[in-house]
Amino acid sequence: MSARTVVAVLAALGLAALAGCGERPQAEATYKQGKYQGKPDTRPWDNAPLAYGNDKWTQGNKTTWEDELKGRTLNQNENTRIGQ
Amino acid sequence: MARMKFLCDAERCIECNGCVTACKNENEVPWGVNRRRVVTINDGVIGAEKSISVACMHCSDAPCMAVCPVDCFYRTEDGVVLHDKDLCIGCGYCFYACPFGAPQFPQAGAFGLRGKMDKCTFCSGGPEPDRSEAEFKKYGRNRLSEGKLPACAEMCSTKALLGGDGDVIADIYRQRVTVRGKGSEVWGWGTAYGKPAGGAQPAAGSKS
Repeated sequence: MSARTVVAVLAALGLAALAGCGERPQAEATYKQGKYQGKPDTRPWDNAPLAYGNDKWTQGNKTTWEDELKGRTLNQNENTRIGQ
Repeated sequence: MARMKFLCDAERCIECNGCVTACKNENEVPWGVNRRRVVTINDGVIGAEKSISVACMHCSDAPCMAVCPVDCFYRTEDGVVLHDKDLCIGCGYCFYACPFGAPQFPQAGAFGLRGKMDKCTFCSGGPEPDRSEAEFKKYGRNRLSEGKLPACAEMCSTKALLGGDGDVIADIYRQRVTVRGKGSEVWGWGTAYGKPAGGAQPAAGSKS
């Protein structure tokens, strides 16, 4: 084995050994600083109204759900509730 | 729709702690955690004692979201600030950042202080399937998905604590102040509602 081959093999071995010092990225590829990283959440109006309740919103329709909730919110105003 | 907000009327709050109890019961909040609490100033001083019910205010520009090192906070379309407990590392930065002391940490774990953060969810659960057992165990009940408002506000006996769409509850409060002729002297009234009309006149020298 020629001296040149020995040097080449040693160099290759050295490079292979160095590869062990590398580090894989441990954060997810999608990570963006300042952006929510958790699981996605569902929206309240995507649920059907309770079977035993008096709610009447249409599943998936945000406007009807908002109307339902607004009625409930206004119910906290006893100035308008009194006398009804 | 605007944003979901709480509004507590200090003229009405009687420090009954009904809201605290309602929250504890509705969400089965663990020992040592108070998502909502009643703060009283000038306790016992006749005519000067005021109480106010405090929880997460679901800030539009929430400091807890800004400081969280793992970005576990998010804001829903209806303006509720929530977080993912699977991601939370319990570091407590949000507690230091929050001006209301809303983030809470369970103190009954095997390792003592600092479990994963827990806070008011505006009774809208968290990032688990709505109305699921997993959601209830981690975040409490999801009343918004049932077409209901937070239990604390709906249970309030004097209706001091209002919850719901910010525009709607602001209208209720404004009408209340106009009817009773008191409350518009508070700092910021002019900014929020303009010049009061009718019986609600600001006190002399008040800042508004």
